[in-house]
Amino acid sequence: MADKNKGRIKINSELCKGCYLCISVCPKHIIAVSETLNHQGYYPSKSTDSSDDPKCTGCAMCATICPDVAIEVYRD
Amino acid sequence: MTEKVLMSGNHVIGEAAVRAGCSFYAGYPITPQNELTEYMAGAMAKLDDGTFIQAESEIAAINMLIGASMAGARVMTSSSSPGISLKQEGISFLSALELPAVIVNCMRGGPGLGNIAPSQGDYFQATRGGGHGDYRNIVLGPASGQEICDLVTKAFDYADEYLTPVMILLDGMMGQMMEPVVFPEYRDISTLPEKTWKIDGAKGRPRRVIKSLLLDVNVEEAHNWKLVRRYEQIKDKIQMAESYKTSDAKLTVIAYGIAARIAKSAVDRAREEGIKAGLLRPVTLWPFPERSLREAASNNTEFLVYEMSTGQMIEDVRLSLNGSSRIHFHGRPGGPVSTPADIYEQIKKYYPR
Amino acid sequence: MTETIFKRPKYLKDAVFHYCPGCGHGITHRLVAEVIEELDIADRSICVPPAGCAVLAYDYFDIDVGEAAHGRGAAVATGLKRVLPDRIVFTYQGDGDMAAIGTAETIHAANRGENITTIFINNGTYGMTGGQMAPTTLVGQKSTTTPGGRDTKRDGNPLRLSEMLALLDGTIYIERVSVTSPKNIRAAKKAIKKAFQIQMDRLGYSLVEVLSPCPTNWKMSPVDSCKWIDEYMTKTFPIGVIKDNSENK
Repeated sequence: MADKNKGRIKINSELCKGCYLCISVCPKHIIAVSETLNHQGYYPSKSTDSSDDPKCTGCAMCATICPDVAIEVYRD
Repeated sequence: MTEKVLMSGNHVIGEAAVRAGCSFYAGYPITPQNELTEYMAGAMAKLDDGTFIQAESEIAAINMLIGASMAGARVMTSSSSPGISLKQEGISFLSALELPAVIVNCMRGGPGLGNIAPSQGDYFQATRGGGHGDYRNIVLGPASGQEICDLVTKAFDYADEYLTPVMILLDGMMGQMMEPVVFPEYRDISTLPEKTWKIDGAKGRPRRVIKSLLLDVNVEEAHNWKLVRRYEQIKDKIQMAESYKTSDAKLTVIAYGIAARIAKSAVDRAREEGIKAGLLRPVTLWPFPERSLREAASNNTEFLVYEMSTGQMIEDVRLSLNGSSRIHFHGRPGGPVSTPADIYEQIKKYYPR
Repeated sequence: MTETIFKRPKYLKDAVFHYCPGCGHGITHRLVAEVIEELDIADRSICVPPAGCAVLAYDYFDIDVGEAAHGRGAAVATGLKRVLPDRIVFTYQGDGDMAAIGTAETIHAANRGENITTIFINNGTYGMTGGQMAPTTLVGQKSTTTPGGRDTKRDGNPLRLSEMLALLDGTIYIERVSVTSPKNIRAAKKAIKKAFQIQMDRLGYSLVEVLSPCPTNWKMSPVDSCKWIDEYMTKTFPIGVIKDNSENK
């Protein structure tokens, strides 16, 4: 069961405008603000999910609310 | 219907439009052009693919035309002076979007609400591009029932060929007058060149966008110059005027539409009295028939401009002649129509001695 | 096996939105593009965008687009749809466009029962021109033209256009949704899909009003903007189905 139904998000940091709605809706609190500016001049969101103990379920709440279609969600 | 029929000008516009393949009409009631709107209601109902919409406003009607023209239909709307003012937004957009459309202005007395009498007070609005921005429209000024038919037929072709609105500019009297007309056969729309720009869903082709928002100033400038190049082509190709007894005229009356009909009778009367008068009648008001004017001017004639306005077309006459000839003016704005006798008196008054 | 749960919809072009951070237009654009893909109508759909922030919608929707003047979307869509009755024609309009300058065109197109769909973005402000009072601005809400807040004596009351349109016999389906949470966004998508389906079934006029955040002009963070919609805006503009006559047709 350990690896079953585990999710993974990919945030396109160049599309992200730093509205952080994704951070506000993530039930697992695994999205945070990046320390590096993107080319648009925003601090984009980034995934903080650990590969050792992944918490993402692939619920896609972050991608659903992202106004910039910057998040893709996968389930492995 | 190749035989002669007797019809009012407003009905002639409608019948000629249907025969030219017009399948979309939207309009709003306003005197003195209601007979045309009513005619189109009946005529569109008879077509398989005809649409008639009595719109909630002149603005809505012209914007419906924009949509229908984007979809590739041959489209027409009509109104009278105050209603045409409302349509100016849409006419500017049609021009920017390079969409064909035929717009009829059955002019009445103005400014403001004015009255419902015949007038020619909308010449500037029509020929200068009455809406915002740098554009011109083809403007045709018929002077008889038959010419209404011929010019409406041409208007649809010009609109398609030059991707521009074309205005039929006439007045309440032309709209009401019954005259014999021979109509052309029905136009088979399927034989016309395909509109490769229309939007009808991107099936099996790249998607298309019809828009007038050009935020890049260089792109907007290029678009403006593109339109100008087309206008130059139009100026070169479609100037039309009728010259009547001008070859030896010492005084040439310049008038268009119903005013020209009146002036023609006055010229005939003057000729009977041995006065060498002539008539030059612009048929295309934009492009203004400069070549015909210059040709007439080369015969050393003076000119008398007669308009049912305070003097609008006279500016185009001055621009065309560029100081080469003496130009006199007689105008009756706001609705009164001069009689041939009135114009005859004007011819005598200004006849060079 | 990697399963893709969420990706950019096919008919949303690969372009960076010009919208501000947290703007609801981006979410709504995506929903419309998803619906077009799911209903498989891209090659027969035509979008009529407004004048307003969404004027550049043609940069994003990968379908035929015909631009309308401010407020005239419903009239332009009427012309398109009457000539092309088997195409799917939708307008995408803001509150100023729909409920102020284009009120006449909107009401009469709806009243004629034009078989078109309207996506109506209500963010209570004129976004593109810099945050002036919209017909939908709430009582007391500050804007650049109501610096002390909307005063009903001077500025009138917020206009509930969807409720007005629901009174007309020509309208089939009208729902107000919001894009403030994943749950609300999923409901919004369902409503948009239903509105398009109604047009495909040739039932008549359908409209989805979207309560949409405008953090820039509201001078709030995106997260607070969503909260503000949920807590305050929905008091004046309650979400839910306002009219559904689709079963009776």
